[in-house]
Amino acid sequence: MSRIHITTTVNGETAEFLTEPRETLLDVLRNQLGLTGSKEGCGTGDCGACSVLLDGVLVSSCLVLGVEAQGKTVETIEGMATDGALHPLQRQFIEHAALQCGFCTPGILVAAKALLAQNDNPTETEIRYWLAGNLCRCTGYDKIVRAVQDAAAEMRGAA
Amino acid sequence: MRYHAVESFDEAVRISASATGITRFLAGGTDVLVQLRAGSIQPDDIIDIKHVPGVKDITRRADGGWDIGAAVSGIELGAHAELCRDWPGVVEGMRLVGSTQVQGRATLTGNLCNGSPAADSVPGLMAAGATVSVTGPDGARVVAVADIPKSPGKTNLKPGEVITRVHLPPRGENGGDCYLRFIPRTEMDIAVVGCAVSLRVSGDMITEATVALGAVAPTVVLVPAAGAALVGSALDDAALEALVTAARAACRPISDRRGTVEFRIEVAGVLARRAASIAYARAKGETA
Amino acid sequence: MPKDELKAGFRLVGTRPNRPDGLDKVTGRARYGADIVAANMLHAAVVRSPYAHARIKSIDASRALALEGVKAVITRADFPTGLTGEDWNLQENTIAGDTALYDGHAVVAVAATSALVAQDAARLIEVEYEVLPHVTDVDAAMAPGAPVIRAGNADHSVPEGMHPNVVRYIDFGHGDLEAGFAAADLIREGTYKTEATHQGYIEPHACLGQLGADGRGEMWVCTQGHWYIRRMCAAVLGIEAANLRVTPSEIGGGFGGKTTIFMEPLALALSRKAGGRPVKLVMSRAEVLRATGPTASASMDVKIGMKKDGTITAGQVNFRMQGGAFFGMSPIAEALPCAFACYDIPNLMHEGYEVLANRPKAAAYRAPGSPMAAFAVESLLDEMCRELSLDPLQVRLKNAAKEGTKSSYGPTYNRIGLVETLEATIAHPNLSAPLGPNQGRGVAAGFWFNHGGETSVSLQIGEDGTVGVSVGTPDIGGSRASIALMVAETLGIEYEAVRVNVVETGSLGVNEPTHGSRATFASGKAAVEAAESAIKQMCARAAAEWGIDPEAVEWADGAARPAGENAGKFPPLTIGEIGAKMGGTGGPISGHHESVPGGVGASFGVHVVDVEVDPETGKSTVLRYLVVQDAGRAIHPAYVEGQYQGGAAQGIGWALNEEYIYGADGRLQNPMFLDYRIPVASDLPMIDTVIVEVPNPGHPYGVRGVGETGIAPPLAAVANAVAAASGARLRTLPLSPPKVLAAIKAGQ
Repeated sequence: MSRIHITTTVNGETAEFLTEPRETLLDVLRNQLGLTGSKEGCGTGDCGACSVLLDGVLVSSCLVLGVEAQGKTVETIEGMATDGALHPLQRQFIEHAALQCGFCTPGILVAAKALLAQNDNPTETEIRYWLAGNLCRCTGYDKIVRAVQDAAAEMRGAA
Repeated sequence: MRYHAVESFDEAVRISASATGITRFLAGGTDVLVQLRAGSIQPDDIIDIKHVPGVKDITRRADGGWDIGAAVSGIELGAHAELCRDWPGVVEGMRLVGSTQVQGRATLTGNLCNGSPAADSVPGLMAAGATVSVTGPDGARVVAVADIPKSPGKTNLKPGEVITRVHLPPRGENGGDCYLRFIPRTEMDIAVVGCAVSLRVSGDMITEATVALGAVAPTVVLVPAAGAALVGSALDDAALEALVTAARAACRPISDRRGTVEFRIEVAGVLARRAASIAYARAKGETA
Repeated sequence: MPKDELKAGFRLVGTRPNRPDGLDKVTGRARYGADIVAANMLHAAVVRSPYAHARIKSIDASRALALEGVKAVITRADFPTGLTGEDWNLQENTIAGDTALYDGHAVVAVAATSALVAQDAARLIEVEYEVLPHVTDVDAAMAPGAPVIRAGNADHSVPEGMHPNVVRYIDFGHGDLEAGFAAADLIREGTYKTEATHQGYIEPHACLGQLGADGRGEMWVCTQGHWYIRRMCAAVLGIEAANLRVTPSEIGGGFGGKTTIFMEPLALALSRKAGGRPVKLVMSRAEVLRATGPTASASMDVKIGMKKDGTITAGQVNFRMQGGAFFGMSPIAEALPCAFACYDIPNLMHEGYEVLANRPKAAAYRAPGSPMAAFAVESLLDEMCRELSLDPLQVRLKNAAKEGTKSSYGPTYNRIGLVETLEATIAHPNLSAPLGPNQGRGVAAGFWFNHGGETSVSLQIGEDGTVGVSVGTPDIGGSRASIALMVAETLGIEYEAVRVNVVETGSLGVNEPTHGSRATFASGKAAVEAAESAIKQMCARAAAEWGIDPEAVEWADGAARPAGENAGKFPPLTIGEIGAKMGGTGGPISGHHESVPGGVGASFGVHVVDVEVDPETGKSTVLRYLVVQDAGRAIHPAYVEGQYQGGAAQGIGWALNEEYIYGADGRLQNPMFLDYRIPVASDLPMIDTVIVEVPNPGHPYGVRGVGETGIAPPLAAVANAVAAASGARLRTLPLSPPKVLAAIKAGQ
């Protein structure tokens, strides 16, 4: 099957790859670019473990074709810490014990970052509905919600 | 599978008209990719329409109505304050589709073309009297949204035809709409029952009303008798009772993994009453 | 042992440091099952039966094999024959023989140069089936005339004349049942049903297997127990266990479902057939739901006798459970003892039947059997408390098992904490939160045995005085942190100076999986023993340097110190100083410990939930949730709370929306997260927790194990709350809106 050459920007760096049209962006990130932080939990957009930002918009990368990334910017969990410094969300997740197995964590962090980018002081309800597409089976979400709240507070204080 | 990122709808139609295998138009992809992934559909040609100029535009027409591009996502729809003010029910239907992640991609046209009787955005569009522009091998036409769904997973679009825009009529004075759905969880489910009501008032009196139900028949259905039950009333108990009865009478549901026949019929009435009350309050300017 | 004899005044135990794997997991670096790659790797796909029960007439893989990139196709013919018992069970489930036994049963597997090509190839494989009659419901499967799934599986326990699908019968009890019921003022009975649910871990099963023609191989896999993987794969493939090295990846949730094999031997067999190239096999979500892990479905009769003051005089249960088409898979032997384990009841009788059905091979799911049993017993107790106008928590307190109580399943309890747990519940402010219209409160108690199990740990003193600990229990919820805390506490060093590694099968003696709530208990206990052993050696090195008797050296605050009459004669030798010199003082210092640790301490929990039910739609909303549970000792309280909250959330899902839905054709109707409805963030409130600490005398730090008890109470607690809120008493789970609405309307 013929492959298409795609040029995109992933976590601030130019990335090129050849992809079959039917490959998803998640497949490309994981298998071609070695960015395995984005996870596949369902492949149907129901679990959010593959969440990435595509031109700044939160999407499930399992529901995006690799070819659609042409000329776009992609941000994954691997780009969340900058210059070795953890994002406040990442730090708060560790400190709050907001992860157990950690499999859903990359997707939740990416989704939470997108939330805080547009709402710096979300309510508990807003956090819960924003993250409804990110399944976590370990935590019951309690510590996740608290970690997002505290990260938001920290970021407001820092701003 | 071949991927075509087309620059115009004419190009899209040219490709689809000459294609011999299975063709899918790609806007948000939130249905197409699920089917692709599950192996239930193996398209030969995927035609991505997101690079066509104007597909992301939301514009108010001179008559006060709205034109919505075929690739406008749920998030973009919800971010448009004026549109939300005019047609809150249409927007809230679309905004209920899927997760935040899905909202970044999913579109009104995709939701309509998927042909699901449970599509959350379709009852609101039908109740609003929305139409769509369609382009195909035989030229362009405008079709009522209500005439698009055919049966579960099927539409009345002809081979090679693609929806290019959604048109909402002018909201006009003293109008209000609302869409409610029932799901077992708070998010992430397909509607077990959906109901949209659009109405207009003069003072306390309802002068026009349209009711559409989802997930209770092979397609989303308009229920003229339910709308008629409201017209001429001030949403008093008798009118609501008549609405409930008419809504339930229109149901031809199935029992499946999401709900039973009895449940769907019962809840259709409940949602019709609740949606009518919200639409009425909106029409009177009492709530947003 | 009274509480004050246990170590008190800890320096580290009971604190909440960051977990050692936290950074990897928030940056995407942590490597899970599907993240492992190998040079020259192939990818596999599996053809699965679309029928619940069908004879496999023929398999034609010629079109697949003709596809470019396809390297191997395997069927049951590629596996050895003559297996028996559980090994045969495992092989039968790994790949169907003559007959596909459930929708999703693996029939053929293919390996190719890419996952997409492997999937293309799988679609080209033609399997001809002869569809057979099927049965999926537990009661229907044991009824006369039910299709026989596999004859000859029943063991000697099954009473004569029962349907061949009934494969096991268990009964036990104590006291005089008749006299017990005669002494009661109120006798009530009911039949309760729970549907199968799935563990629902977000990480699908994934492995990378390599096996050469010489019978030596490697496997990287997400698992709760890699020695189980090794033993089971070796048995199914007919190779020697020692020749298979299994390395666990990070694990994306297991909850019991990753304690066994499902598809791992397929990857190895494909590798062998493809000339030893490594083969990666990753399940889709649909494969996970159709062909792995669900728990049993259950049908349960309960009868209880109670005096007017709430004293329980007698209890009787008769449970039927199906664990799929494979014997020995239902948790009937665990469900029965859990039924009345919370209570001191003089007269009890338990009976249970295991039944085969055309469903996937069940796996353990968090406190296997206990949630179903608690749903039945705690629901009926609630009904009886209401009928007698008794406070349900006071009734539980009145009958609570305590130290010295002869348990419902035989042994006499040592120190347990149910009374303390109930008292903490009664004192909690959630009990006095006001309830509005259509709102109701439900309570329930629950139990889990906890578990020791085969355990091996080794501990190495580094040249700089830091400490490596090798454990064989994969870390699912923070056990590396809790084990590091205990080791650091024991050695008197900093938490950060201890690194706990989960090591592969070649590095350590045999370990059971992380199951039975045992990782922090058993690996923790063994790690403490290993640390004590290393301390002894370090004291001996110091004694030799000082020229005094080793017995005259004590260990405190990370250093050997002269004690007794030598006290103060020599400056302390720190672990760092001893480690730096050990090459010249006798060689490396390591501690190790292997055992099946005794002293397991049972754990009890009580949950309180407030629910609002929409009377027009039957939809339940959880408003408030409280978990109170005895941890023995919370080593890392944040991860103890996490276990409580996670167990409650799974139980809420089981109670309200999760279920395996089979169509009349025997096919699973909801093999997607879209319709297999686990709770999402917006479905739940904050989940309040109270950690009760009644230390387990059988563990050096008092640990009981906290993973499982938390899923036992929620099913009944939620059902009791829904009954209180709506008047609808449902005895069949889940409490899905159509069912609740129908019950409300029926009651009107």
